[in-house]
Amino acid sequence: MSTVSESRRPRWTPGRITMLVCALALVLLWVLPLAWALATSLKPEAETARTPLRWIGSEITFDAYEKVWESGDLGRWLFNTAYISVMTTVLTVLLCAMAAYGFSRTEFRGRRLLYGLVLAGIMVPPQVLMAPLFAEMVSLGLVDTYWGVILPQIAVPAMVFILVKFFEGVPRELEEAAYVDGAGRWRVFWQIVMPLSRPVLAAVAIFTFIQTWNNFLWPFLVTTDPNGMTLPVGLVNVQSSYGVRYAQMMASVILGGLPLLVVFALFQRQIVRGVAHTGLAGQ
Amino acid sequence: MTTTAPAADAATTPAAAWPAPVRTVRRRWTEHGLIFILPFLIVYAFFLVWPLLWGVKMSLGNDDVAGTRSDFIGFDNYAEALGDPAVWSSLWNTVWFTLLSTVPLVVIGLVLALLAHHLRVVSWLWRLSWFAPFVLPSGVVCLMWLWVIYPSDFGFADQLLAAVGLDPGIGWLTDTRYAMISIVITTIWWTVGFNFLLYLAALQSIPQHLYEAAEIDGAGARHRLWHITLPLLRRTTGVVVVLQLLASLKIFDQIYIMTGGGPDDSTRPILQYVYQAGFTNYRIGYASAVSYIFFALIVTVSLIHLRLTRRSREEAAK
Repeated sequence: MSTVSESRRPRWTPGRITMLVCALALVLLWVLPLAWALATSLKPEAETARTPLRWIGSEITFDAYEKVWESGDLGRWLFNTAYISVMTTVLTVLLCAMAAYGFSRTEFRGRRLLYGLVLAGIMVPPQVLMAPLFAEMVSLGLVDTYWGVILPQIAVPAMVFILVKFFEGVPRELEEAAYVDGAGRWRVFWQIVMPLSRPVLAAVAIFTFIQTWNNFLWPFLVTTDPNGMTLPVGLVNVQSSYGVRYAQMMASVILGGLPLLVVFALFQRQIVRGVAHTGLAGQ
Repeated sequence: MTTTAPAADAATTPAAAWPAPVRTVRRRWTEHGLIFILPFLIVYAFFLVWPLLWGVKMSLGNDDVAGTRSDFIGFDNYAEALGDPAVWSSLWNTVWFTLLSTVPLVVIGLVLALLAHHLRVVSWLWRLSWFAPFVLPSGVVCLMWLWVIYPSDFGFADQLLAAVGLDPGIGWLTDTRYAMISIVITTIWWTVGFNFLLYLAALQSIPQHLYEAAEIDGAGARHRLWHITLPLLRRTTGVVVVLQLLASLKIFDQIYIMTGGGPDDSTRPILQYVYQAGFTNYRIGYASAVSYIFFALIVTVSLIHLRLTRRSREEAAK
């Protein structure tokens, strides 16, 4: 019965047309600030604050982009952010998947206690730790290093929880067959469990990547050297140095937002599924 | 609705015991379960458990950020914090932001999801415009919004207000009446897409035949919304509200970047006060004490959440 209705095309009743108009108006509201930033970045600097406001200046110019790219550390920050995000994502997936496998597929004394300890960590927001964690980084000599940014972000209890839930739902027959054939746990983990879990691993990876790329507070605290800053931190750090050069400021905003918008466009479906998955299961 | 499995599940349903035939295999020590967990545990112990405990110790001392001073002073920091008007006002600012932002973020997220779900056309457009901002860094979002509202009087937002006949020249970030609202608007634009996606996923999991049955009974669209859709979204709403509360309580980026806590500290959140105490005034012991007061607030919300999900699960089991 339901298949009949699902194949039915929705009709354009007045109600649906009203909804479409509302939805499009909301889309416009969401796009306007971005469009305004883009329009500003393409104007000659002298015209950005001229009234009445115009969408397009006397000419369309990429001056602001050139200046921002030449004068600033944008390329450096992009590299730092990409490096930190990739490393954090790989390590998070690896550590959390191994731990989740250990918790869901092995038996040893104290396992349940340890798992409870890890789950309790879900309640600890990283922001609460900023003072002691910073003091720890000072004593470890990790301030202004990549590892100082990466290490506190890779042991994520919520991700272990998501993966344990997933592993518990995976049937064990394949693994048992492999054991009968003489495979060890490591081989089973790498060659059976990991490939079977690709969708959930992708969800965890994507979520971690976006989170790390955008993380502000911790990289902001632990990097003081402009050369080691991530993009979100660097942008805010030089905010005041743009002064009244709004075209340049908006050019840096567009350049700073672009990499993730490209990632989003490429992986839209996976990101949407990943967020829905990790977002809900995380609780 | 299996997607909304609450966290409590894991604690009450441990993994089944290892299947019997495999036990006869003699395992090498490298295959001990602990070996799989160890790398995670080491990092977890070093960068979560240790700082959490070390922070307690620091909060009982007069530590400075360089570690040159560290005397035990008991609960003095906590006593001072509880008597510090700046702690209370920044706690209140945090709670005020949370109250102001949670309701619109949940309601607008639901409305957007209902629109996208019922329209069923150009779904990429809805996802792109409403969710894409969520993947942008806070700095990008805040600098962009600063420019949208900035030149007060003649900025972009003021011109829009003037165009619809409202009074321009609002001190968006300089007037204590509007500063927090401007931050909330920025936050809605940035993060409502997350709630939108959670609701959309929940809507798509409602079985279609429920609606068909209602349609056969002659129920109108409004009736179906109130009597089928919204009741079935109740658990999702619970999750979305708690996630949003926890996210809003951790507000820092937008306020730090857009107002720096001003005007007159009227928007300064508790996390910024912790930051200032520890990293501008170098009183890292005091900063730790204040952050544990904040932590208590977060844990309270989390525990209420656990309590609620457990109760709703028990009801579902009956």
